[in-house]
Amino acid sequence: MRIAVDLNRCQGYAQCVYLAHQDFRLTGQEALTYEPNPDDERRLQVERAAAACPVQAIVIDRLDGAGESETS
Amino acid sequence: MTVRATVAELVREFRANGRIVIVGASLAGLRAAEALRGEGFTGSLTIIGDEPYEPYDRPPLSKQVLKGWVPADHTKLPRLREVNAQWRLGVTATGLDRAAKQVRLADGEHIPYDRLLIATGTRARQWPNPDEAALDGVYTIRSRDDAAQLQKALAAPPSRVMVIGAGFIGSEVASVCRELDLPVTVVERGSAPLVGALGGVIAEIAAEMQRDHGVDLRCGLGVSSLEGDSGGHVRRAHLSDGTTVEADVVVASLGSIRNVEWLEGAGLASGFWGVGCDAGGRAFDVNGVVTDSIYVAGDVARAPHVLYEYQFLAMEHWDNAVFGAEVAAHNMVNLEPLYRPHLLLPGFWSGQFGVNIKSVGVPPFADEIVFTQGSVKERHFAAAYGRRGRIVAAVTFDHGKWLEHYGNLIERSGPFPPPPPGWDQPPDMKPMPAEFPQPGVPTAIPDVVLTGHDPSERRAEFRPRPR
Amino acid sequence: MGVQADRIDRKKEGSLVVEETPWQQALRYANRANPYPFYEELRKTPVARQPDGTYVVSTYREVVALLHDPRVSSDPRKCPVPVAAQDEGSAEPVAEPIREALTEPTIITCDPPEHDRDRRMMTPHFVGPPQSPHLISDLEPEIRRIVDGLLDSMQGKTRIDAVDEFAYPLPVTVICKILGVPLEDEPRFHSWIETALDALDFGPEAASEEIQSRQAGGRQAVQEFGQFAAELLDRYAQQPGPGMLSAMVNDDGPEGRMSKGVLASNALLLIFAGHETTVNLIAHSVLTLLRHPEALEKLRRRPELIVPGVEELLRFESSVQFWHTRSAVEDIDIAGTTIPKGAPIFLAYGSANRDPKRFVNPDELDLERRDNQHLGFSQGIHFCFGAPLARLEVQVAVGEFVRRVENPRLVEDPPPYRHNQIFRGPRHVLVDIDGIRD
Repeated sequence: MRIAVDLNRCQGYAQCVYLAHQDFRLTGQEALTYEPNPDDERRLQVERAAAACPVQAIVIDRLDGAGESETS
Repeated sequence: MTVRATVAELVREFRANGRIVIVGASLAGLRAAEALRGEGFTGSLTIIGDEPYEPYDRPPLSKQVLKGWVPADHTKLPRLREVNAQWRLGVTATGLDRAAKQVRLADGEHIPYDRLLIATGTRARQWPNPDEAALDGVYTIRSRDDAAQLQKALAAPPSRVMVIGAGFIGSEVASVCRELDLPVTVVERGSAPLVGALGGVIAEIAAEMQRDHGVDLRCGLGVSSLEGDSGGHVRRAHLSDGTTVEADVVVASLGSIRNVEWLEGAGLASGFWGVGCDAGGRAFDVNGVVTDSIYVAGDVARAPHVLYEYQFLAMEHWDNAVFGAEVAAHNMVNLEPLYRPHLLLPGFWSGQFGVNIKSVGVPPFADEIVFTQGSVKERHFAAAYGRRGRIVAAVTFDHGKWLEHYGNLIERSGPFPPPPPGWDQPPDMKPMPAEFPQPGVPTAIPDVVLTGHDPSERRAEFRPRPR
Repeated sequence: MGVQADRIDRKKEGSLVVEETPWQQALRYANRANPYPFYEELRKTPVARQPDGTYVVSTYREVVALLHDPRVSSDPRKCPVPVAAQDEGSAEPVAEPIREALTEPTIITCDPPEHDRDRRMMTPHFVGPPQSPHLISDLEPEIRRIVDGLLDSMQGKTRIDAVDEFAYPLPVTVICKILGVPLEDEPRFHSWIETALDALDFGPEAASEEIQSRQAGGRQAVQEFGQFAAELLDRYAQQPGPGMLSAMVNDDGPEGRMSKGVLASNALLLIFAGHETTVNLIAHSVLTLLRHPEALEKLRRRPELIVPGVEELLRFESSVQFWHTRSAVEDIDIAGTTIPKGAPIFLAYGSANRDPKRFVNPDELDLERRDNQHLGFSQGIHFCFGAPLARLEVQVAVGEFVRRVENPRLVEDPPPYRHNQIFRGPRHVLVDIDGIRD
């Protein structure tokens, strides 16, 4: 699956880190890095993380990763 | 049929069967394509990209990808909706014929358009000496391939990394090196890291941060030359103070160059800082006349901004690409009075040395700075930038939850210094000079630049007054 | 302002009719089940000064702005007594037993830098160290086991109380385990909490004999509760045991150890807030879904909707309706009003979450709502400390309730509500059922 985090919106609440720590990590108190293309097996955790973001900064693919088929 | 009905019919026809070409297949190009479909555009859509990859996200490249956590090909951007486009990937646009309304491609093809979106972004500025730049072990970082190669080099591991230029990217690369426990030397022409973007006061804090993390930071210096071994691999750098540094990986992080060369001769207001456009994303021609069919979005756009005396702002920011693309897409399939402005308060972030640096507004517009909250010592603070008694920008170090407040003040052109907080006041709350360097230091070019009031950098073509 | 002045004049003339503000009406016990029409009225004045000098903020934009405004303090010590406008003949300042009984601040009642440091010290013990923040997600099997047990014990019944038999036992069991509070002490602290909450009132009924008579009891309950927490901490200081409290008493982190008083206050906060709000959220979720059969059916067909669904329930029936310890440390100009320095500020989350300027059709329940940036857990530095735990508990509990309970029907609507206005929730939710699926 594919995600992106709008880190302009992110305020470091770390809810995603608690819910999906394999795909979201904090360095220090506030600096977030993430796996932009998480394993599909972890979709539930990643969706929980996205729903829990207090500033709704996590964008999840709405095509279930179907983007590639369009590419010539 | 009335004129009004005819125009409405034309808009309907264009939305149903028009041809839109987007040059640039990165964040802005993709989001524009999605927004066009979201606006109900069902005509043909062509997206041209010079890289062979579908759109991917760049910010992770200099952080989690370099660190070796995330593979470079794991950066494909999430899709928000089907775009049903013809993707022309791996082919460069080489020219624009406005009279024929065609984009020329490197493979000789001509792609006709009714409306064109220019979203060609920027590329990394290469090390200026081509022979030295060609040495093995010399890298720049902008693309997915750049990041994959540099990551591999860092994992080798090298005996020492040299980073030339301590802007945001250079500093992030240095930070990753220290996280990987690699020795790293950073050479910066300016007085300190991030000085162009955040001014000397904050840059001094960034410098301490780097040194505390074991970076061999050398400021006020340049690299005069790079030296390779007989195998063509870089071995050392000669600095402008006569010293040398042994390094087997060199990262030239010298800022970016706008991809406008393909517009040469097209008569658009394109130049060093990108393509001039109005606040709705409509491109200006070289004489400052707005075009009807050509739009600009993302890093390559420069547009006047109401908060900064209507100077043309050139922004290399993630959300500028997203919102600029959405606005341009909307305006491409609507007519006045439905045009929307792209009014975005600039904002960026950078994670480095365990600290989240965030900013809103345009710091280099300021002449003064004041610490407003928290502790500089703990690198946990907020500071506001001011110009002539009003707040124009703010920066936070691990204080991002407060940034929104400063954004509100900037949008309302609030007073500078801003009203003091009720608690956690820094010991010294006196405004001081923000210490931005004189323009012209290439490594110190900020990520958001005020590029003046001229729509075009070229002299307009004056005509004799008719008699 | 004209309306208010008019009201005051009538009062001065000795008229017996004093019109209540929408906020005062919303706080009346009779309106506890449905304060929303009064909130709608309240939002016409986004920042509304009340007769006792409190400023109530009810619109989304303004609430968010003040949550991020460093001129707002959360520390009641900086606003010792709410500024009652005596000349306007309002009621006496509200007595607040919890505030009075606690000598040391908790993380929700202090400002940076104390707040930031204390929260930094507490966080790793709650969610795990930064490198492996999985303490909460590791609890999922345990939470599922408890929920299964609660539903199993409903087998054979035709009527259940979704509060006493379901919403309450889960969070209280989980928080006791996390903190290391013996579960056998539950009846004691449950009674202290109930007594204290019933004594707290910010509305026109605060002056009533009934509430006044509860004040002394409420104060005593908080004192006993505080003593209980302190003794527990002492025990763990001598003999370390399982759970977060023992760890915090004994561990010296990089920033040192919390003082005993601060730790005791925060222990009390964690025990209380660690379950009370979750109880109300589970109870409200069951109630709300039974009121919206189409949403209930949708959730039964698509169980994955529990994830966005819980966010919507947090918005729809916020467990913390407002917060009352904030005040202005400087004059603040907002929404055409100036909140004067020293004035208490109540941020009305329950109203902001129904603000039509922020949420499309805010009074409709939409389990798939997009752009649901609700304030159910607040925002800014005081964002709910327990949010990751609460979400997990409610997702599992409500998800399993929907899956396993056969043909649930609400017995009375509205159900009886508890007295407290901040921690708003039903006292009982009686549900008739046909059985429990496996």
